[in-house]
Amino acid sequence: MTTFVLRRVLLMVPTLLVIATLTFVLMRLAPGGPFMSEKDIPAKAKQELLSRYGLDRPLHVQYLAFLANAVKLEFGPSYKYPDRQVKEIIAQGFVVSAELGGWALLLALLVGVPVGTLAAIRQNRALDHVSMTLALAGVSVPSFVLAPVLVIGFSLTLLVLPAALWTGPESRVLPVLALCVSYVAYIARLTRAGMLEVLRQDYIRTARAKGLAERVVVAKHALKLGILPVVSYLGPAAARIIMGSIVIEQIFAIPGLGRYLVVGAVNRDYTLVMGVVLFYASFLLLLNLLVDLAYGWLDPRVELA
Amino acid sequence: MSIGLRPPAPVLAGDVRADAARDAPGAPRSLWSDAWARLKRNRMAVAAGGFLLVMSTCAALAPWIPGLADPAAQDLAKGAATPSLAHPFGTDELGRDLLARVLHGGRISLLVGLVGTLVSLLIGVTWGAVAGYVGGRTDDLMMRVVDVLYALPYIFLVILLLVFFSKSLLMLFVALGLVQWLTMARIVRGQVLSLKNQTFVEAARALGAGDGAIVFRHIVPNTLGPVIVYTTLTVPAVILQEAFLSFLGLGVQPPNASWGTLVSDGAKLLALFPWLVTFPGLAMSLTLLAFNFLGDGLRDALDPHGRRDGGA
Repeated sequence: MTTFVLRRVLLMVPTLLVIATLTFVLMRLAPGGPFMSEKDIPAKAKQELLSRYGLDRPLHVQYLAFLANAVKLEFGPSYKYPDRQVKEIIAQGFVVSAELGGWALLLALLVGVPVGTLAAIRQNRALDHVSMTLALAGVSVPSFVLAPVLVIGFSLTLLVLPAALWTGPESRVLPVLALCVSYVAYIARLTRAGMLEVLRQDYIRTARAKGLAERVVVAKHALKLGILPVVSYLGPAAARIIMGSIVIEQIFAIPGLGRYLVVGAVNRDYTLVMGVVLFYASFLLLLNLLVDLAYGWLDPRVELA
Repeated sequence: MSIGLRPPAPVLAGDVRADAARDAPGAPRSLWSDAWARLKRNRMAVAAGGFLLVMSTCAALAPWIPGLADPAAQDLAKGAATPSLAHPFGTDELGRDLLARVLHGGRISLLVGLVGTLVSLLIGVTWGAVAGYVGGRTDDLMMRVVDVLYALPYIFLVILLLVFFSKSLLMLFVALGLVQWLTMARIVRGQVLSLKNQTFVEAARALGAGDGAIVFRHIVPNTLGPVIVYTTLTVPAVILQEAFLSFLGLGVQPPNASWGTLVSDGAKLLALFPWLVTFPGLAMSLTLLAFNFLGDGLRDALDPHGRRDGGA
């Protein structure tokens, strides 16, 4: 167990290194730079700007300095917002993005798992067909199509919910809803498939033969193994929710991390982009590790080695 | 050399339409005719296939459909008209016919979906087949590469790639194809591992077939079932990714338009002209839904034991 965690944490180092290097190389290979738009600044001022951010040093020196600073989580000030440290921007943006994504994931689990379980118990009956057809439809509607439709319905027609921004609690409803629908649907499908597999197994028959109530058999015995596919999906799901929230934050003008990433990339804000990409990557790697640990806890047959 | 091209008879799981095997007692049936029979019984999958056929034909032939307006022709006097007989989907703020724009957008979206999938197919199948067949350290190394790439938050790299370099269609194909091949490589490797020790491979080797011929002529064709299923599910995934990138302004660039850019443009004028979002959104959602239905049907038909993951 300890060795497993240690090995995984050690494996994260080369992965992060690859990500950091790729990002660095991509940005430096690209034509253009962060101070391209300020055409009329005098050469001397430009030189000062470059040296202030260390951009006049040889590339490999810049690279090593960047890596050394990244280990310390010091990415320096943003180019676009010179009076703000990248660290602060990430901290601020992440709180917002985490709230958006967290609610979406929670809602997806709270709705998806029960629906998938019910569908599995009622396999091939009306409830199963209806919920699974709806689920497939839900998987197929992209969040950025759903979001405008929700806005038309709830903000422009019914006038009950705000169409944008991130202010009061009611401003959370539409973005979270638009983000979570496809995950509700996907998790329902995964739960159904997992439960169907498990409900056929011998130990379930044993549990029933003991005379346990069907409710107990399903909720206590079957569900624990049946949601394994869902657990292993949580890693990719988190990654996709992060990606989806980039768009949702754009649509609803939410000041989250995804928005800073897009703005940063467009403005060639090297430090900001590097910081956000590395932060997201480490976050995802950590999440995947937790998912694997949860897997071993739910299914004792899985050996963590 | 036809040895080995004939796949092993499918084993039917208890609840997976065992009746298909009972249809023609005694008559030998190939995997494909068996699968076809099972697919035809799935009405949703057949309907989805029909829809896709119609949609892709209309999209592909859009420039030559008589009576269809030119998607680029502006007519400011008729700007932002609600749907009518002359313009079934209405017009956009510049007076361009939305039906024509949706069909032409579908051309781009479907093209991106197909080419992106093809790129991922080529890389994924080759990578997985070689890793599985060669085995040992090479396999370890190749799969470790896949593991590391899996952990990359790819979308960020794609965003960077598109922002910093050209936003051309070619770059889009490359970027999207590169994202999608990993799962394909894993699927094919798993298949190859279980196939490479079967007797038909031994027979091929005994007949003097080289490694390359064994892998690509004998083993890979036997992995087609799962590969087809996963391919069907990759196309909508790629279309979705393209739309996502287009939504951020990084995908297809004007004057070209895809469903993604149409939805994105429409979303900006949502409060005034809601049909500019609903029609392209509907076209895209229905197409994705049809691909998913078809993929599900194909999985039940071709790969009765297939695990329900990937895609979406």
